[in-house]
Order: sequence, then C-alpha cells, then structure tokens
Amino acid sequence: MEQASVFMTHEIGLHARPSVKLTKLAKTFTAQIELAIAGAEGPWIDAKSIVKVMAAKAPKDTTLFFRAEGADAAAALAALTALVERDFDEGKADAANA
Amino acid sequence: MRGAITAATQDLAGLMDQLDEETAGIIEFQIAMLEDDALVEPALFSIREGIAAEAAWQAALDAQVADYEAAEDEYFQARASDLKDLRDRVLRNLRGASCVQALPDGAVLAGHEITPSRFLETDWSRGGGLALRQGSPSSHVAMLARARGVPMVVGLGDADLPETGEVLLDGDDGILIVDPDDQERNAFTRRQQAASSNRQLEESYRGKPAVTGDGTAIAVMINVADPDELDDLDPADCDGIGLVRSEFLFHGPGGLPDEEQQYLAYSRILRWAGDKPVVIRTLDAGGDKPIAGLTADNESNPFLGLRGLRLSLARLEVFRVQLRALARSAPEGNLKIMLPMVTRPEELTKAKRLYEEALVALRAEGVACGEAPLGMMVEVPAAAIAPELFAEAAFFSIGSNDLTQYVTAAGRDIAAVADLNDSAHPAMLKLIRSLIEGAAAIERDVSLCGDAGGEPSEIPGLLRCGLRSLSVAPLALGRAKAAIAETDLANAHA
Repeated sequence: MEQASVFMTHEIGLHARPSVKLTKLAKTFTAQIELAIAGAEGPWIDAKSIVKVMAAKAPKDTTLFFRAEGADAAAALAALTALVERDFDEGKADAANA
Repeated sequence: MRGAITAATQDLAGLMDQLDEETAGIIEFQIAMLEDDALVEPALFSIREGIAAEAAWQAALDAQVADYEAAEDEYFQARASDLKDLRDRVLRNLRGASCVQALPDGAVLAGHEITPSRFLETDWSRGGGLALRQGSPSSHVAMLARARGVPMVVGLGDADLPETGEVLLDGDDGILIVDPDDQERNAFTRRQQAASSNRQLEESYRGKPAVTGDGTAIAVMINVADPDELDDLDPADCDGIGLVRSEFLFHGPGGLPDEEQQYLAYSRILRWAGDKPVVIRTLDAGGDKPIAGLTADNESNPFLGLRGLRLSLARLEVFRVQLRALARSAPEGNLKIMLPMVTRPEELTKAKRLYEEALVALRAEGVACGEAPLGMMVEVPAAAIAPELFAEAAFFSIGSNDLTQYVTAAGRDIAAVADLNDSAHPAMLKLIRSLIEGAAAIERDVSLCGDAGGEPSEIPGLLRCGLRSLSVAPLALGRAKAAIAETDLANAHA
C-alpha cells in the first residue's frame, strides 16, 4: 500500500472540472486508488468515481490524502499529486467563471 | 434504464461538439457523472427490487440533488442543478420524449430553475430571456447566460409570474416588469436601444486616448494577472500597466518561483509596455489569496492578518528574492514597484532599505540592475486617512476592493452583506477625495486599480474626487474610456 498527501489551493476546491480531471487520470492506472479529505485515517473513497469525489465536497485549502494498491500504485500517486500541485492545470480564468 | 442513460450520454456528447471549451467543460462533467456506476447503482438496485425504472432513477437522483443542496459551500450547492439536469434528461429518454426547445421570438422563459443542458438546447438567437424564482449568480447557467449575452434575472422568489402575457426583462439591472404600460414599454425600448448602441460606442473608444467631456486627459492603464494576457492586447490601447499582480508567479507548479523565473516574467511584461509605466506589485498573498507553504494557516480573520507587505516583511527570504528579480528587470522598461497593505510608514522604510540592499548586492556581484520608484497601495484605511505620513512612497494607488471592505466592514465574498460592500458609498468618495488632496500636498500622484475604476457608473464620481488615473481590467478599457468621455468635470451636475 502506497500513500501520499498533497495540499490543494485551487480557488473553488475540488469542483466539477478538477474532479473530472482527477478521476480521469486515476482511471488510467490499474491500481486501486482511494482518496480521503478528512485525514489519513479516512474515510476513504474511490478516486476513480466522479460521483464519490464530488460528493466529498472538498473546499479549497484541503489536504488530499491518496492511497493506492497495485502494480502501478507509486506512479499513480505521483501523477495524482502532481496534478493537484499544478492546480489541475486550471488558469485563473476558470476559477473566475466557475 | 441502461439504454436511457446511454442515449442521454450521447445527447450530451453531441452537444459538446458545438460548444466553446468553457461550456464543454460543464457537459464533460455531466457525462463523467452519467458514466460513473456509482450514480446508477442505487437505481439499478431499486429496479431489481421491483421498482419501476422511472421512479427508481428519480429517487436515486433526488437523493444526490438533496445532498448537494445541503452543501455549505455555494459552489457545491449550485451543482444541484447539474444533477437535476441529468435526472431530467435520463427521465425524458426513459419516457421517449424529445428535448428540443424552440422559443418564440423574444420569449422570456419563467420558472423555478433551468438546467445547463436545457439552457444550451434552447435557441436564444431570437432574443429570449430567463426569469427564475431560484437560481444563483454563480450557477453554471448564469455563467453561460453572461457569456452569451442572454438577459436573465434570478431569485424572484414568490413574485407573481403570469404563464402568458407581456413582460420586460432587464438583465443589466435585474428587473422584470410584468404587464407593462405604454410608458414602461417606451422607456424599456429606449433603454434597450441605448444599451445596444452603447456597447458599440464603448468599443470604439478602446484605441483612443481617454479625455473627459470638458477636455481633461485621464490616464487609463490595465491590470494584469498573467503575462499571457498581454499576447492579445495592443500596448497602444492603454497608458501603461497600473497593476501587475505578481501572485500569478507563486501559484505555478514547483512551489515558489526562483529569482530567474521572476526576472524573466517581469522583463517580458516590461518589454511589452515599451516606455509606458509598469507598476508591479510585490507579492500580495494572504487574505483571500492563500499560498501553500507561505501564508499563515488558521488565522481567525485572514483579511486582518498577515497579508501583503506584512507577510513579505515576515518572510524576508522570499521578499529578498522578489526584490532582486525586480531590480534586475528594471533596465528592461519603465518599472515602478508597488507595496501592498502598507499600514505604518516604518514598513515602507524597511522595504525601501531591503530594496537598496538588493541593489548594492547585485552591483557587487556585477549583475545588471536598476533603480525603480517605490510606491504603495492604499487599501488600509489608516493610510487613506493620513497619506501625509507616507511621503517616502513615490506614488499611491487605491486598492478600491480592499479599501471598500475595510471601510464598510463588509466582505464582498459574503453574500449576506454584499450589498453593504459599496465602493460608491459617500464615505468612500469622501475618503478618496481627502486622500487625493493629502497626496497633492506632498506632491504625490494617486491612481486607482480596483474594480470600481472599470465601472461606468462609478467613474464620474471618482473623477469628481480629483482622480486622474485609473487602472482597469483589459476587457473594461473601452467601457471605462467611454464613461470618461461622458463625464463633464466643468459641470458638477452633468
């Protein structure tokens, strides 16, 4: 089991477009990947499910915890934390309109 | 059930092809939700239990909608309408109904709420509008309506809305007139024509120098948050850059920007502007602009906390890098450095000393660098009330957004008090007038770089306070210059 955490500063939080990007990226890995926003003790949700990720309603300035199990678990965590660190590749125009 | 969901997904995918990137993002989100088994599973479970597909889907999605409506955050609340949209789209497919919406010329749709995909399926080209009992200005639909220029009013509540009849809808002022009389109708038509010719007129001002009706020249500069914005802009349209928000550099990947990154970014902006002034504001983090690893966590009131220059002076290792990068970029153009949130003159003295130290160090290293005037933002009331204390500043620029919220004690991000956050409050104008007089006494220029400067309704009042320089969003250039041209400073009542 691999674990990682990353601080999310996106203007709105884990909103529609970032959630789409996060789950789409998660689905490119075969590992089972889970996400928690309350802390490293969970509750854990499926990071490949947009319905569950959105339902977590993570506001901005939340630390996102990831854990993954499977052959490509380490690569998955690296890619997901990088996406959050890049602010989901969203420019400020997106934040202003979202 | 699966068939109806697939059909709904295909409908949405079909819509996506015709849309701009922004709107497509909303639909992409809806498709991703539909494709997620977690959304469908509860309905399928009910169907296996013997519940009819329509009822099963309705109940499953109603639960999701209720969950979003209960959210604390306004953004997540607004997502409830996306879920309703998905619910209704699949229901229509389950019932085999067509979902094409044809509106008669100039029809105003009235109702509780409208879903984003219903909005997109509607042909608004013949001048339709929207009147909603619920809705929110931050919903996806409101965003789409703004982008497409569809007039819309929200939050009508229990107001009496007829099913048929004549209404006049003014999206600019958020007014709906039901069953208008001749006088109202004529006034509305005049307003409508005026608004349309006004928009054309405003754009015609974009490339011209800004001059008031009585011939007073006003400097109109632009606010820039990201150097990429400059690619589509012509430096000839503005009198310089009145505000560069250097925060843009601090949100990139890889943490805080190093000296070289900052130097390159500042130089690029300075070269774009040629010999026109470029006012670069040092990092204004904190308040509503947190930066991971830099701003303080868990402040009980971040707007009154360690933000702007206060933070820079507390984190010298970060501030020194920025000052070195600024000093190195100075030879590339007409640089002015602006310090945010200055509250006491001592802060200015400290910043000035740090800048001089950076220059000395760079010269000792043999690195090319240059001096630039150091000015300050005026957004803290203490500075606005007593500008004479800050003679060490080379210039002043009013940050009207923050100054307004500190003067009115009302945050504009708090919907319940947003109407109190009024940058045209007589107290604000009185304060700005007195600031300009105080600055003139010590021979300092005053500009304004908040949102008020780009608001046509506020520009005449600001100019009458003695303001002769504004910095506005690039999009507001034409509109601001047009409002300036309409202002006659020789006639106090014009």
